[in-house]
Amino acid sequence: MIERRWEQHRHRFSVVCGITLSVFSAVIISSAATAAEISFNRDIRPILSDVCFKCHGPDEQQRVGEFRLDTKAGAFGVVEDGHALVPHDVAGSLLFQKITSSDPDAQMPPPDSGRKLSARQVELLRQWIVEGAPWQEHWAFIPPQKPPLPAIRASGWCRNPIDHFVLARLEREGLQPSVTADRRTLIRRATLDLNGLPPTPEEVEAFVEDESSDAWSRVIDRLLRSPRYGETMAVGWLDAARYADTSGYQNDGPRDMWRWRDWVIDALNRNMPFDRFTVEQLAGDLLPGASISQQIATGFNRNHRGNAEGGIIPEEYQVEYVVDRVDTTATVWLGLTMGCARCHDHKYDPVTQKEFYQVFACFNNIPESGRAIKEGNSPPYIKAPTPEQQLALQRLDDRIASVELRVQGLQDVLHTELVTWEQSFSDKVDIDWTITDGLVNRFEFDGSIHDSADTPDKESAPAADVSAVQFGPGQHGQSAGFDGQQNVTAGDVANFGYFDRFSISMWMKPRQSTGTIVSRMVPVEQGSGYYVHLNDGHLQINLVKRWLDDSIRVESRDTLPLNEWQHITMTYDGSRVAKGIRAYRNGEPMELLVRYDGINQSFAADEPLRIGGGYSNFTGDIDDVQIYERALSQEDASRVAVPESISHIVAIEPVRRSPAQTSKLIQYFIQHHASDDLGEAYEEMVNARRDRETFYESIPTVMVMQEMEMLRPTHILTRGQYDAPAQKVTFGVPDVLPSLPDGAPHNRLGFARWLVEPGHPLTARVAVNRIWQMYFGTGLVKTTEDFGAQGDMPSHPDLLDWLATEFIRSGWDVKALHQVIVSSATYRQSSAVSAQLRDRDPENRLLARGPRFRLPAETVRDQTLFISGLLKEHVGGPSVRPYQPDGLWKEIASTTNYEQSHGDDLYRRSLYTYWKRTVAPPTMVTLDATARESCIVKRSRTNTPLQALALMNEVTFVEAARALAQRVMNESGDVTERRIDQAFRRVVSRLPTASERGVLLAAYARYLESFQNNPQAAEQLLSVGESPRDNSLNAVKLAAWTTVMSVILNLDEVVTKE
Amino acid sequence: MLDSLDSTRRDFFGRSACGLGAAALASLLHSDRAAGWQANPSDNVQTHTPTAKRVIYLFQSGAPSQLDLFDHKPNLADLRASELPDSIRQGQRLTGMTKDQPSFPVAPSTFRFQRRGQSGAWVSDLLPHTAEIADELCFVRSMHTEAINHDPAITFIQTGAQLAGRPCMGAWLSYGLGSENKDLPSFVAMVSGAGGQPLYDRLWGSGFLPTRYAGVKFRSVGDPVLFLSNPPGIDAGLRRSFLDDVAKLNELKRQEVGDPEITTRIAQYEMAFRMQTSVPELTDISDEPQHTFDLYGEDARKPGTFAFNCLLARRLAERDVRFVQLFHRGWDQHTDLPNKIAVQCRDTDRASAALVQDLKQRGLLKDTLVVWGGEFGRTVYCQGKLTANDYGRDHHPRAFSIWMAGGGVNAGTTYGETDEFSYNVVRDPVHVHDLNATILHCLGIDHTGLTFKYQGRHHRLTDVHGKVLQPLLG
Repeated sequence: MIERRWEQHRHRFSVVCGITLSVFSAVIISSAATAAEISFNRDIRPILSDVCFKCHGPDEQQRVGEFRLDTKAGAFGVVEDGHALVPHDVAGSLLFQKITSSDPDAQMPPPDSGRKLSARQVELLRQWIVEGAPWQEHWAFIPPQKPPLPAIRASGWCRNPIDHFVLARLEREGLQPSVTADRRTLIRRATLDLNGLPPTPEEVEAFVEDESSDAWSRVIDRLLRSPRYGETMAVGWLDAARYADTSGYQNDGPRDMWRWRDWVIDALNRNMPFDRFTVEQLAGDLLPGASISQQIATGFNRNHRGNAEGGIIPEEYQVEYVVDRVDTTATVWLGLTMGCARCHDHKYDPVTQKEFYQVFACFNNIPESGRAIKEGNSPPYIKAPTPEQQLALQRLDDRIASVELRVQGLQDVLHTELVTWEQSFSDKVDIDWTITDGLVNRFEFDGSIHDSADTPDKESAPAADVSAVQFGPGQHGQSAGFDGQQNVTAGDVANFGYFDRFSISMWMKPRQSTGTIVSRMVPVEQGSGYYVHLNDGHLQINLVKRWLDDSIRVESRDTLPLNEWQHITMTYDGSRVAKGIRAYRNGEPMELLVRYDGINQSFAADEPLRIGGGYSNFTGDIDDVQIYERALSQEDASRVAVPESISHIVAIEPVRRSPAQTSKLIQYFIQHHASDDLGEAYEEMVNARRDRETFYESIPTVMVMQEMEMLRPTHILTRGQYDAPAQKVTFGVPDVLPSLPDGAPHNRLGFARWLVEPGHPLTARVAVNRIWQMYFGTGLVKTTEDFGAQGDMPSHPDLLDWLATEFIRSGWDVKALHQVIVSSATYRQSSAVSAQLRDRDPENRLLARGPRFRLPAETVRDQTLFISGLLKEHVGGPSVRPYQPDGLWKEIASTTNYEQSHGDDLYRRSLYTYWKRTVAPPTMVTLDATARESCIVKRSRTNTPLQALALMNEVTFVEAARALAQRVMNESGDVTERRIDQAFRRVVSRLPTASERGVLLAAYARYLESFQNNPQAAEQLLSVGESPRDNSLNAVKLAAWTTVMSVILNLDEVVTKE
Repeated sequence: MLDSLDSTRRDFFGRSACGLGAAALASLLHSDRAAGWQANPSDNVQTHTPTAKRVIYLFQSGAPSQLDLFDHKPNLADLRASELPDSIRQGQRLTGMTKDQPSFPVAPSTFRFQRRGQSGAWVSDLLPHTAEIADELCFVRSMHTEAINHDPAITFIQTGAQLAGRPCMGAWLSYGLGSENKDLPSFVAMVSGAGGQPLYDRLWGSGFLPTRYAGVKFRSVGDPVLFLSNPPGIDAGLRRSFLDDVAKLNELKRQEVGDPEITTRIAQYEMAFRMQTSVPELTDISDEPQHTFDLYGEDARKPGTFAFNCLLARRLAERDVRFVQLFHRGWDQHTDLPNKIAVQCRDTDRASAALVQDLKQRGLLKDTLVVWGGEFGRTVYCQGKLTANDYGRDHHPRAFSIWMAGGGVNAGTTYGETDEFSYNVVRDPVHVHDLNATILHCLGIDHTGLTFKYQGRHHRLTDVHGKVLQPLLG
């Protein structure tokens, strides 16, 4: 594409000032030639796409006059009273007449379109027609073929095929490659690229002195084998996957996706082939016998933002999530802007609106709600134990199995002991028992309103007004009678929120069909809190923050009988969803209907526990209210519902006892009268199960993809709106791309496999281009996100195709791709540039020199920590919270505050920094990290004063300067020059020049004097950061050295890959 | 190597209708490279003579109730507690917070409205100071938007899209117009008001534009600009010396490798140093005379208040900062509206009016456009229980009110009209895109011409919509 470009480039300066910028723009962007043969894809399609396709392109709705220019048939067909294009006949081509017309009614593009053709573009179109208007399909939709190596003259320069393609181009341009960079620069460049950190001085020296012919390839091998490789390569993938630690809308609550992040690092380090990397992330759950790891991988398409704002319309956001998946997947694998076809046919590329929704269909079948969970993961999610946790869990399961076996073996003993005990049982005392495990409050109403639960540290219940109730006969001693006018205030107890497990059980005998049985709520209609309620005979359990949309309500399908004692137990498992609530009547599960299921904030209310009231007062009798700080099991519920006391049960003939009675008796017996061996075995069983539960609870979860059994129907959405469904569609892929292979499943798995079919024109090109961009700052296709008609042509089409075909041929071997790029002579060139070359190729698209540009945000920080010795390396784990200015979250989102980490977590690599999307880590964002709100495959790269302020003043950088100063003072003797040299070597892998050394020597002397005059200032400077200061060093000198190190760390060379 | 900025600028100018010589472009790019926010290519993007050089946008986050402030509906008193007629609701969607309410009782405002000034604009007693300057204001009572919840609605009004990812208006202006002050950023955001709806960095973010166009948030705690202060123990003299040393070493490097990016970096460090002086000087209000506080109120002495931010906005306008956006939180009154709105008005009314007056007396109002408004309106029906003196209002995207002042808008006018329930716009609707198109127009920019190519599309603030509303302009 750029063959003639530099000719034009020179030409532009000779053009008189009257030339319009659009001409200039066209020269730079599309390039072209009048002398050479026109290439349709290179020269013509970009013009047609940008200027004409909007009205004469793929979008049928927008098409004017039924004339389209995006297909060959359309372009050469009949239009109006002639042909738009007649090969070799400019005068006969209506298109040319229109674009050269001065009649506002006839001219194209229309004056009010905002589009304009430059004189050069008009000339290109003229020339193209003269040459016969040859047509080509869009290059990116034609599968790449492995190109032959081009002929070159200076073959001695080439180290691998990449160089042939690059050199061939340079030779055509009359340019020469730059010299090879010196070894220090090279090893620093590659180490920063592949490991995200600079090399150590030892690594530099070893390479410099290594005279063997494979010295370079051994360096590359070492870097590719380092676990730092996966950490470094993950960053770009996290950008693309819009990975973050929060949900991104409104209150932007936390979520846990770090297990997915660690999956990425691990997959990269293991060099998982890119086809498998693709399939597992898009459809790992659909693979036969999907492993936990393969399910975790599917977190890729759950990383999109989730909206938990009160009052949203869930259907609206459920659509947005699917759209995000389509957009992201298309950008990352296809390099297509499919999102443009959401509301209408794509205006530039052959993707119809229908095709958009056909792809949408395969991402639309997730059992999800558009309303996300505000704090924590939104369903579907799975427990995602780390390998260590999987082992630990296995050990806990083994322990349970073994103790259960032991208990099983003791059943005969139990039976014998029980019979013996029963025989000796005296029925003189009435003995009763209830479950005490987790029991925190118990109101037996035996003549008083007294909390009889035996819990430590319990504050004595306030004196209650006994006159509020009438004591009468109950199910368990006396009961409390309520007349619908009053209720009992039972103190500041049972304060549960939505993360808490709890259970409430009671006996009750209602006389009216409506009234609140037990509550802790603001005692008004729609009050917030929880309440167990009888509504028109149905048992209702309500967890309410704000009625209606921030609440859970479940209701028994059946009504409860009036005037009859019955035992009720409700349990809540802290899961914040309606299905986490269960209810039992007389120990039997009740069928519950979900009325509302959307709570997003804690329902804990600053109110007392009330019995017999809350929203409305209860009429009837209530007895033995028991409150547990755990969710009772069904078995537990059946036991607590047994009205008979132990003495009663014993009195019943064993064969006539109900299972619940037997169970209750055994529990009592084991706790109180069993032999040591038996008692211990049962206790161990309880402990083993509890330990497992506690451990299981601590295992992180991760959101994943799953399929619903019943397909959610997909419709074309008119104007892309969720509430305007039109024609129903099923999964399919765009016509312009290869069709699905025969027998491929018509779902996500089929889609994922289709992406990595060897004949796919886009996937490999898009992937290698992204990797190329990482090394050279710009992709071979500059528009990394768009390989469509509006995207740029590749600067080296054959090189792109060679890389893509080799990538596929290698079995999608990612490390091999890195290896070949880093091994090339192209990569190894010096990045120094002459003014002449810079003017000729400011963006280095011709690759006549090595890359030179500022390091990514993460690398800037990580290398500073590394150089100073502060970096704490540890792959994976929950995100950490390094320094951040106080109040940054609080000032725009009052509900949350940033709790800074301490110790090692202050010094982890930046990809582990906690990423809150609406207030992203400030230093990272200042250095052009993406906000992670949507898929980004190319960061901007700016150079701003805010960056200077961060590098000079942010705690991490100031602390690192001090740590580096300590390191250098301790390691390099006390000769000033030597310290400067050592610091320089550590930071930029080379010694300073004499001039540089001179500047730093003078600087040190000046700083030293300054701090000598003000030792207090030295102390202040050295107090920055939480890492301990080396008190053995002279404070004034250390402060002066700290300032010198800060100078070095702020140098352009340091934050730049050279 | 050119950074992405240059190519994007080129894209922008490539689209602009006016001609500009290549040499001029080269020098423009160079000056932009060399001086951060300093670029001032305004002559080239502006398609007509601007009536405003800068904008101060007083964004009222959470959505103020138009029914209690500006959109007077005297007939509602008689309809109190009656059901909102279906003919008015027209089956429009409601939020999840009220859609299942068993009834939608009409809740008239409990606040008194009066005609104000010569123009006779209706303003309620909640805003006595705003009422005083009614003749300076152009009220729009027929605003409408698309989203029904805060996050998408605020994002929409700021960026023209409900979903994250696009540049906000201030970023567009930074990109299009550059800065007129070489020591300060061209786009400053400030927040005030605790509680209520949260805000998000994206509201002053650059979206797909390079990050340098993002608004710089001035903070009320700690450094006004992040990392502005030197670490303890480094004073300005030592910092100057430090910068000289960094510059010397960077210059040596530039001579060796020839990368102009190094020149830019040297310039950015210099600008950082200037900001270390210019920003504290700006935020230090100790030089303000007592009559300033007589005007803005004593709250204006307290960093973090809306009044303080209004005062800073004036100081920024004096320094030719292009776009200043205040975000004041707390207008989301679903319940207990009469009490909460009174507090909210007390915190904002005086300073909003003071800013307009202050700009006027300093001669700045004529070329400063002031905009006051939220992200949507509120429902006429009561959310929750309607009682004698209590009501709440849910989100309402179909109608809301804003006002504008200065910068070429039609002072002393009221535009647009809603039905008798303030539910639907019945005359002269103003969509958010229209408002944004009109604001750009005041700055001399054709909203269809300020574009940036991303993902194959020439994006603009107003998407493919928006029309300039001439009646709003003087």
